[in-house]
Amino acid sequence: MTEKLITIKNRAGIHARPAAMIVQTAGKFKSRIFLEKGSTRINAKSIMGIITLGAGFDTQLRIIAEGDDEGAAAEAVFMLFERRFEEE
Amino acid sequence: MIETKDFTVLDLLDMDLKDHDDLQLRCIAGRKGLGRVINLPDINRPGLALSGFYENFAWQRVQVMGLGENAYIRKLFDENKSANLTTLFGYDIPCFIFTNGAMPEKEFLALAEERDCPVLITDLSSTEFMNRLMRVLSGVFAPKTTVHGVLVEVYGIGILLTGDSGVGKSETALELIERGHRLVADDVVEIRCVSGNILMGSGANKVIGHHMEIRGLGIINVTHLFGVRAIRDKKQVQLICNLEEWDTNKVYDRIGTDEKTQAILDVHIPHLDIPVKPGRNIPIIIETAAMNERLKKMGYHSAQEFNKNILRWLESESARAVYFGRDDSI
Repeated sequence: MTEKLITIKNRAGIHARPAAMIVQTAGKFKSRIFLEKGSTRINAKSIMGIITLGAGFDTQLRIIAEGDDEGAAAEAVFMLFERRFEEE
Repeated sequence: MIETKDFTVLDLLDMDLKDHDDLQLRCIAGRKGLGRVINLPDINRPGLALSGFYENFAWQRVQVMGLGENAYIRKLFDENKSANLTTLFGYDIPCFIFTNGAMPEKEFLALAEERDCPVLITDLSSTEFMNRLMRVLSGVFAPKTTVHGVLVEVYGIGILLTGDSGVGKSETALELIERGHRLVADDVVEIRCVSGNILMGSGANKVIGHHMEIRGLGIINVTHLFGVRAIRDKKQVQLICNLEEWDTNKVYDRIGTDEKTQAILDVHIPHLDIPVKPGRNIPIIIETAAMNERLKKMGYHSAQEFNKNILRWLESESARAVYFGRDDSI
């Protein structure tokens, strides 16, 4: 299991477009990938799940990946947040 | 792309027009000239020509004679001033059309016979006739193209199903017909651009009509099998659904906030790529796309409204977090 902590850096937070980007990226990996906010854990391959998280600016999330390619998967999702979903 | 085959006066007479397009035309003289070609979707009232003024006379157009012109012709013959008419017939006019069912003078018809110039008559009033003729002619001369696909009407929305052969366009259409929607054309759809921004689709050929080819069954007659409720002659193309084999490397739209369009005859039509995979019920997706398109036309864009609400929610959440100094993250 690989875990990464991330803080949301784009002002708009995780709305539909970033959520779609996460799902697309997560979908490329075999590993099971989750996002955790507080005690809520959702599947990072579900677009509605990610939006339901309600992750606004400056929220802290935990990325969890489990599987053969967990390292690369967690890194790829992490980089999306780092690049602010190419929004700013 | 203007009609390559010439449009003759005979073609105009032979057109199968109904209801508000019915021109009620019949030929009363100059049958031999019915092969004359109509080159322009324009109409002329030859009042000035009759009175002897031929400058800028638009002889290439269909000449419409109302009650006024007809009375003037009578006067010319009565006063033996028919030389003007001889000049008129000197032009290679496509045809004369008399309105209000008013028969012209016999002498006029005799002149027309002599020159093989077709004379038609209609019972419609001049204004109504010209309106209808303009509509019919602009349809004939409208830019047109043919596309490979199936045109169906789903919940009132004209949907063009495109995609490679064998992807299941006809089967999808069949299921839609079974669900109570209508087939406009299968395989070859003829599309005309009318009024500049409306794409009107219809079957390319009356004979092919509403037949479909279903793999394993062969040719079926949709009208006979499903009845008249299942067919429609023409329908505006309002949405294009491109069916394609699911490509694992391709990114499909998951949100729908960005709208893609495709241009046909320079008119942009909303376009959706629908991936096909065993177990996916394509007809129900097409039905939903049709309803969503109707909703959009009514001013409600599901995906955009959804995202707007999400953004508002996220904003209020983070504002609240700042206000209360609360940290509900990890």
